[in-house]
Amino acid sequence: MSMLLEVDGVSVSFDGFRAINNLSINFGKTELRAIIGPNGAGKTTFMDIVTGKTKPDEGSVIWGDMNISLLGMSESRIAMEGIGRKFQKPTVFEAQTVRQNLAMALKNPRGPFAVLTHRKTAENARKIEAVAAEIGLADSLTRLAGELSHGQKQWLEIGMLLAQEPRLLLVDEPAAGMTVEEREKTTDILRRAAQTRAVVVVEHDMEFVRRLDCKVTVLHEGAVLAEGSLDYVISNPRVIEVYLGRADA
Amino acid sequence: MKNTFIAQNPSVLWFLLALGLFSIGVTALSEVSGVGVISTSFVKVLGKMLCLCLIAIAMDVVWGYCGILSLGHFAFFGIGGYAVGMWLMYARTEGIVLESLSTQVIPPTPQEISDAIGNQIFGVVGSSDFPMIWSFADSLFLQLLMVVLIPGLLALVFGWLAFRSRVTGVYLSILTQAMTLALSLYLFQNDSGLRGNNGLSGLQNIPGFEATSQATLSIAFFLASSFALAAGYVFFAWVVSGKMGSVVKGIRDNEARVRFLGYHVESYKLFVFTITAIVSGIAGALYYPQAGIINPGEIAPIASIYLAVWVAIGGRGRLYGAVIGAALVSLLSSWFTGGGAPNINLGFYTVNWTDWWLVLLGFSFVAVTLFFPKGIGGLFDYLVRKPQ
Ligand SMILES: Nc1ncnc2c1ncn2[C@@H]1O[C@H](COP(=O)(O)OP(=O)(O)O)[C@@H](O)[C@H]1O
Ligand SMILES: [Mg+2]
Repeated sequence: MSMLLEVDGVSVSFDGFRAINNLSINFGKTELRAIIGPNGAGKTTFMDIVTGKTKPDEGSVIWGDMNISLLGMSESRIAMEGIGRKFQKPTVFEAQTVRQNLAMALKNPRGPFAVLTHRKTAENARKIEAVAAEIGLADSLTRLAGELSHGQKQWLEIGMLLAQEPRLLLVDEPAAGMTVEEREKTTDILRRAAQTRAVVVVEHDMEFVRRLDCKVTVLHEGAVLAEGSLDYVISNPRVIEVYLGRADA
Repeated sequence: MKNTFIAQNPSVLWFLLALGLFSIGVTALSEVSGVGVISTSFVKVLGKMLCLCLIAIAMDVVWGYCGILSLGHFAFFGIGGYAVGMWLMYARTEGIVLESLSTQVIPPTPQEISDAIGNQIFGVVGSSDFPMIWSFADSLFLQLLMVVLIPGLLALVFGWLAFRSRVTGVYLSILTQAMTLALSLYLFQNDSGLRGNNGLSGLQNIPGFEATSQATLSIAFFLASSFALAAGYVFFAWVVSGKMGSVVKGIRDNEARVRFLGYHVESYKLFVFTITAIVSGIAGALYYPQAGIINPGEIAPIASIYLAVWVAIGGRGRLYGAVIGAALVSLLSSWFTGGGAPNINLGFYTVNWTDWWLVLLGFSFVAVTLFFPKGIGGLFDYLVRKPQ
């Protein structure tokens, strides 16, 4: 099966410090993947590279059926290619309503003139309502995003990603600060989303990862340390040494 | 579509209504109607105030809505003024020159006419040659085109360079201020071709309307300014409503998020920067015929800072707030600095408002920023309940 995203031999340094060190990692077209690793392992930086925020010093990032390189593309262009990203800190537009947040994310032409002359359509309204239902915010469309609870903001941001109709979703620590029920709901949303696309979830919480029930990649010092089922990787002695042993100590 | 736009923005209708009543009221009380309660010079003050309101809403769109604290929009205003001023000065001088030469026995050659006009205009800077930038000064149409083209192009080029390099926040403000300063310093030079620190004068005399009284002209410009403000208000209200408004406000609140949603943020900033620059140019072109004179001091960076102060006091992120701020502060400013406000004798010291007005304005700005971040316009939130 050909891959959706192939990251090969990527390295990046910040002031001489190698945050990503010859990293190679691939994702299929429909899969759910968890990425775990200690703080500073380079998980967020990996997402920065894929989404065009950080330029790697070397290596390649190849995308899609046409095998195009994402390196050198602008962030907005990469997003248009079908890569959606959720930040570690929830970032929604707090001064705008849930509906406006979702409408902005909806897959529509993105140029200033298309947006200026954009008209509301029934089709778009239907899509917004469908996404809102999916993330449990169907009754909150007219509320300001700033009034939502922390968990709801996280869902709204996931909803914005879904509205973009991306082929790859990069989700950075979605469960941080969530209650147990909220976490369960979040895993359900992510698992459903992964039925039709690739979803990559960075998370610290082992229970959360277990609920995702998917292949796990362990990052350490900017490179892949182990890959496989959760039970397989956590029984790996090197993983226990660098991550679990330390984090759980 | 029109219906939904108005329905979703009832404040636009209220604004147009208020502006319409104000314009009719001023006209009815002016010397033109015969009532004369409002003097011609005060009609000019009010007309200029409307132009300042127009640039204030442009500033609000670029700063209050899009988050770009431009300290350069008064430069665009000044360019608009210079562009129209060149035609006004040229055409009027031409009329005077032709009249004085018409008494000569031998008809003057075109070169002689041109030299005479050049002498009149550029004598103050010790020159009589027409600089290149005056090439189109004889054409009202072309100079009016310059009113929109030059601010538009300057904003486009400057904005493209700045936004492309991702200059944001205070660095961008400094950059825009540097642009303004450079332009102002350039214009101060005698060989800039725009009469150095003399600037352009006599702009209140409109060629072709020599027989028309200033009372009538002042009302004509007042109404034109009112119309321009109305049109600008509706235009900007339309731009910042709907999806464009969402994206622009999104850029203000979290640029990166907008970018990762797939929007090319730089294009949006450039769009907003450029259209607001053009509207600022138009506002300037209407302002200076009412002021009568323009000089490089008008473009000095401080003017653009005042502009930001008006918008902050009036309330950022709402167009009527910018109008209130600009109207109130500019009127108060001309009252205080024009000797209207009585000096306060403290016995040991006399507070002379022409000197102390700026201090008062500074304190008001600090007070508003600290205690009423929504500005005067924020008071309307208490009057109008948001429909849920
Ligand atoms: N823009 C940057 N400048 C300098 N150092 C950075 C930058 N981004 C990340 N780093 C460093 O790279 C390492 C990896 O960071 P990150 O990817 O955020 O880790 P995490 O796996 O916790 O998400 C950290 O040591 C971090 O300090
Ligand atoms: Mg991180």
